[in-house]
Amino acid sequence: MLAYAWVIPAVMVVSFALILFFGKRLPRKGHEIGLAAIAIAFALSTVCAVEWVGRPANHTVEPVAAEPHGEATASESGGHGEEEAGHGAEEAGHGAEEAGHGAEEAGHGAEEAGHGAAAPAAEEGGEHGGEGEHEAEPIREPVVSEGTWYENGPVKINAGIHMDGLAVVMLFVVTLISLAVHVFSTSYMHDDRRYTHFFAALSLFTAGMLIMVTASNTLQLLFGWEMMGLCSFMLIGHWWEEKNNSDAALKAFFTTRTGDIGLLVGISILFFAAGNTFDIAETNRAALAGQISDTVLLAGAAALLCAVIGKSAQFPLHTWLPDAMAGPTPVSALIHAATMVVAGVYLVARLYGVFWSAFDIGGGGINPIALVGGITVIIAALLAFVQSDIKKVLAYSTVSQLGYMVMALGVGAWTAGIFHLFTHAFFKGLLFLGAGSVSHAVHSFDMKKDMGGMRTFMPTTYKTFMVGTLALAGVFPLAGFWSKDEILLGAGENGYELFLVVGLVGAFMTAAYMTRCVYLTFFGEYRGHGHPHESPPAITIPLIVLAVLSAGAGLLNAPGIELFTKWTENEAVLLAGVAHHEFSLMTALIGGLFAGGGIAASYLYYWRNLGPHRLTERSGAAMAGYRLLENKYYLDRLYTDGIVASIKGPIARAAYIVNQRVIDAVVNAVGIGTRRAGRFTYDVLDQKGVDGIVNGVGLTAEEGGSVLRVLQTGRVQQYAAFLFGGVVLLGGALVLFT
Amino acid sequence: MYLNQFLLLAAFLFSVGVYGVLARKNGVLVLMSIELILNAVNINLVAFGAFHDTVAGQVFALFVIAVAAAEVGVGLAIVLLIYRNRHSIDLSEVDLMKG
Repeated sequence: MLAYAWVIPAVMVVSFALILFFGKRLPRKGHEIGLAAIAIAFALSTVCAVEWVGRPANHTVEPVAAEPHGEATASESGGHGEEEAGHGAEEAGHGAEEAGHGAEEAGHGAEEAGHGAAAPAAEEGGEHGGEGEHEAEPIREPVVSEGTWYENGPVKINAGIHMDGLAVVMLFVVTLISLAVHVFSTSYMHDDRRYTHFFAALSLFTAGMLIMVTASNTLQLLFGWEMMGLCSFMLIGHWWEEKNNSDAALKAFFTTRTGDIGLLVGISILFFAAGNTFDIAETNRAALAGQISDTVLLAGAAALLCAVIGKSAQFPLHTWLPDAMAGPTPVSALIHAATMVVAGVYLVARLYGVFWSAFDIGGGGINPIALVGGITVIIAALLAFVQSDIKKVLAYSTVSQLGYMVMALGVGAWTAGIFHLFTHAFFKGLLFLGAGSVSHAVHSFDMKKDMGGMRTFMPTTYKTFMVGTLALAGVFPLAGFWSKDEILLGAGENGYELFLVVGLVGAFMTAAYMTRCVYLTFFGEYRGHGHPHESPPAITIPLIVLAVLSAGAGLLNAPGIELFTKWTENEAVLLAGVAHHEFSLMTALIGGLFAGGGIAASYLYYWRNLGPHRLTERSGAAMAGYRLLENKYYLDRLYTDGIVASIKGPIARAAYIVNQRVIDAVVNAVGIGTRRAGRFTYDVLDQKGVDGIVNGVGLTAEEGGSVLRVLQTGRVQQYAAFLFGGVVLLGGALVLFT
Repeated sequence: MYLNQFLLLAAFLFSVGVYGVLARKNGVLVLMSIELILNAVNINLVAFGAFHDTVAGQVFALFVIAVAAAEVGVGLAIVLLIYRNRHSIDLSEVDLMKG
């Protein structure tokens, strides 16, 4: 199945087309096609995952020398050597696959091949290579199936799939969350006026993400990325009749577009830098082997980082994400848990070799990725405290958690970042669907006005939401605890102490604002109107499934098990030599303490009514802080009034001048010219030339006719006379001239 | 016997026929004049055939006689219809095709 994984996105694309064309005529308005397609995709992804786990791990990768940017010549030769080593190992790996039983032998062969060719690579840093040999654990070889898409001279662009652990994990997560969202939507979106289109867009959205995660080259990745951009626009603006919603859709589209320029630029730079190839694995190899000059690599990585900031809603382009809550709740769940926003994180993870070398992630200094992630963790978490809309709390929470993932990748904790993506998908999907379930009952998203005490009305939603909250807060032994712990561990051990502190503060705040959210929604007095009741099974079943996964998924990479690391780490990560760290009880305890502290602080504040209540009324400084948060750091103001307005005015004026002076002048000149040409054509060519000829021909025919008609008397005998006269003339001529 | 005696007779008959076709106003007489022309030709054919000692001349003459019979049949029918319509067979009055 792994070699045929392209079927999975294809199923969703076909589903999109079918729903669009036939959905409205079907008895269930098209959701049966969407459900069937996503169920098939999920089943196939599961098969892929099982196959991947069962695949023999016999591909050994040696980390490249510690200083990849040594002398130009040395590093270049080293790079070639490394590439050869890779090839040798791959070939040997193939042999192993075919032989099956002789896997062990061939495994040795692969190691030898690695040795033999790696030797020239390690010319400079021989001792590093020596260390690497013992550390390097064999991984599963990626399954690549490609076809040529375009070929012109030396430039050859492939299209195909590159299935490694990362892709398989993403396939599984995306299809699972999407399946849950599809099921949820059948009930939540019931009686919607664009029900069919909603499911069509959902299919295409999922297809976009699946295309992106299976892509073997950056061009294909860009394709999936843009598909998602389009679908997010369609889905966020699903209820476009309200101005707010269509504004939010536009904002999401334009803000991510700002970053997408970076993606285009970055991909172009890497295409030329990596030697006219879009292939991701080759790009990573070239970057890690030091074949690309520092400056070019830095420019490419910086451009890609812009794309990540836009798509994954990192500071300072995070503002679109909370506004995107204008879309239907299932869409929010899909965007936040499995698709769209994690695309940026996935991009960093996929092109990790590029980022690793460009920003010197292994070096332990401050680098842009970690910095952006760290800032985002804190500022988004702060904003979550002042929201009264339940979905906005979750939205800022997502921004903050994405900050965690980016930060993890930035501090060199690759597996931790991906693992957090994996666990976060479950509990954030769960929380959004839970929020949707609550809002379905009270017809509002406002926690302060219309909710409170919901636990008595909606026990299932309450229980599952609590599981999601505890998992997100990082309470032992739920999923969030393990992934967050790994990030903190990675930050601490890799020499990024500053970001360890940021992570701890973030954990504290996450726990606190989620506790506040739970208090406002499920505890206290019911403040709304009407009689809320538990949602139907189509809504609660996805909640329960996701709750189970939120609780249990973390154990996959718990100390002593660590299957996730073994399954997902790929060649680029091992080439970079990402460090692994032993589980540290100390870090886990401190992390757990901070999370517990957050919950306790919130508990005391809301339940026990302790602490500084009404602080904003008493202190000017607190009020100013509150204002700052309420206005979202004035970033939206800055963007609309500062940047957009300052550009808009001059551009409009310049456009007006160009319009009046240049375009109008050209248009007028063309108009006058045309009129003159037309007049000339009419007077001279048409009236005199063409008409003259036509009339002349007619006149000639008429004159000729009136002359000739005299001859046609209608009398037979005259004709006979002509006939005989003619004969006499011809006969005379015959006699005379022969 | 000389060939030119027959040819002179035929030429005379032909000339009489041509005169009749061009000059007479009576439709029936015009048709008869056409017969004269055809028979002048027949004389020529038979004479040349005898002179060259072949039978082809006489065969052609027989063909011409047969065709002439058919032609007279059609011609007389036309003249008859003209007479029915106009009570006259003066050909100079028949000029419906005048341009």
